[in-house]
Amino acid sequence: MPRYGMAIDLRTCMGCAACVVACKVENRVDEDAFRCRVTQRSRGEFPNVHLEILSERCNQCSDAPCVWNCPTGASHYADGGIVLVDESRCTGCKACLAACPYDARFINGRGVAEKCTFCVHRVREGLEPACVSTCPSRAMIFGDLEDPSSQLVRVLGARKHRALKPEAGTKPNVFYLE
Amino acid sequence: MMPVDIEVAGRNAETFPVLHVWGWEIALYLFLGGLAAGLLVLAGWAHRRYEPARLGPALGWMGPLLAPVVLSIGMFALFLDLENKWNVWRFYTTFRVAAPMSWGAWILILVYPASLLFAWAAWSELGPAGARLVTGAPFPLRRTIAGLNVALGAALGVYTGILLGALGARPLWNSPLLGPLFLASGLSAGAALLVLLEKEDEWRRRLASIDLRLLGAEGVLLGLFFLALATGGQAQRAAAELFFGGPYTAVFWVAVAFTGMLLPVWLERLERRGMVAHTAVPPVLILFGGLALRAVIVLAGQASQWEVLL
Repeated sequence: MPRYGMAIDLRTCMGCAACVVACKVENRVDEDAFRCRVTQRSRGEFPNVHLEILSERCNQCSDAPCVWNCPTGASHYADGGIVLVDESRCTGCKACLAACPYDARFINGRGVAEKCTFCVHRVREGLEPACVSTCPSRAMIFGDLEDPSSQLVRVLGARKHRALKPEAGTKPNVFYLE
Repeated sequence: MMPVDIEVAGRNAETFPVLHVWGWEIALYLFLGGLAAGLLVLAGWAHRRYEPARLGPALGWMGPLLAPVVLSIGMFALFLDLENKWNVWRFYTTFRVAAPMSWGAWILILVYPASLLFAWAAWSELGPAGARLVTGAPFPLRRTIAGLNVALGAALGVYTGILLGALGARPLWNSPLLGPLFLASGLSAGAALLVLLEKEDEWRRRLASIDLRLLGAEGVLLGLFFLALATGGQAQRAAAELFFGGPYTAVFWVAVAFTGMLLPVWLERLERRGMVAHTAVPPVLILFGGLALRAVIVLAGQASQWEVLL
C-alpha cells in the first residue's frame, strides 16, 4: 500500500508560482480560489532580514483532523493515503476548514469543501501531479514514502528536511528540503 | 520574537488573513442550543424534585414548552450556515464517532422528540386551566421523561462547547473547558429566561438566586479557561492575548464580562437587599451576555492560529 508524499527543495524553489497556475488550470479551480499557494515570509528588521519562500498545499496528513472532524464521512482517505472529499456527501458545514491547521481548504462554487488531491486522477495514470511536472526549477519531488527505492525516500534520507507545523500533530506528508 | 511579514500568492477568502467560515448563524445556534439545554435541565430537575402543584408556571410548563421552540430556531440558524443545504440529510446516513458535529447531529435527533414529549407532558398536566388539551391529570411517566430531558439537555449543553473544543487547529477553542463553560452559560441563560417568565415571586427569587450561582460557576470556568491558555505554549498565549490587549479585548470585557455578568449580578444583589425594584433588566442582560460570549468565542477562535504572525 503506497503512501504518497512530496518534497520541495527550498534551495531551488524560486517562488515563481508556476505550481499555483498549473494547479488552477489542471483542476479547473474556481476563479477566486486556490488549491495551492506560494507564501513569502520575511522575518527580522533591516539589515538583518531573512526571506523564506514556501510552495504550500494540503499536507495529506496521515492523522488528518479534517477526516475525523467530518460529520458525514465526505472527507476520507483514498488510495495512497490521499485525503479526498466526496462531493455527494459534503454538507458544506466547514468543520474541515476550521479543523485544518494548514488552512488548505476552501468552499467552492458548488458549496462543498475543496482542496489539493495530489492530482489523484493523474497519479492513477502514472503521471506526476501538475505542480510537480510544471515546476521549472525541478524543486518538487513526488513519490511513494513506503518505497525505499523511490527518489523521494532517497532524498529525504540524504537531505535535512522539515514539515510545516509538526506541533499540530497531524503527521503531514509534504516535506521541505533545507 | 522577530516580526514576520507574509505575502501570499493564491489567497482564499475563507482562510486569509485568518479563518473566516462561521458567522452569526453558528454563534446564534450555539447560544440557542445552550439556552434550550438550560431550560430542559432546570425544568427537568424541578419536575423531578417537586410535586407538580408546587411548581410555578415558568418551570412547570413554560420552560418545557419553549425548549423545543428555541432549539428549532437554533437548528434553523445552523441549517442556514450549511453551504450545501441539499445534503443536510447526509448527517443521518452515518455516525462518525470521532466527529463532534456527528455527535451533535445525533444528540439533536434524540433531544428533539424527548423535549416535545416533555412539553406535552408538562402542558397537559400543568398548563393553564381552561386551555384546550389540558387535562390536569397525571401524565404517565412525567418524572421519567423529565429525568431523560435533564440528561439529554446536559449532553446538548456540553456538546456546543466540545464542537469548537475539538478543533485542534485553533488554539483558542482547543480546550476541554469550553464544554463545561458553555454548559454553565446555557444554564444561566435558561435560568434568566425562566426568571423573565415566572409570575410567582417566591419562584422568581429562587430562580434568580440559582442564576447568581450559575453565573459564579461561569466566571470561575472563564477564569480557568484563560489560565489554561496563559500558561500554555506560544500559540495558546497568543490566543489569550486576543482578550488581553488584542482586538477582542473591548468587546469581551464590556459586552460579556461587564454587561452580561458583573452588572446583572450587582443589580440582582441590590434587588435582593430591596435597594432597587424588581425589573426585567438583569435577566435580559444575562441573556445578552450568553449570546455575546458565543459570538466572541466563535469570532476570536477563528483569528487564533498555530503560526503566530506579528
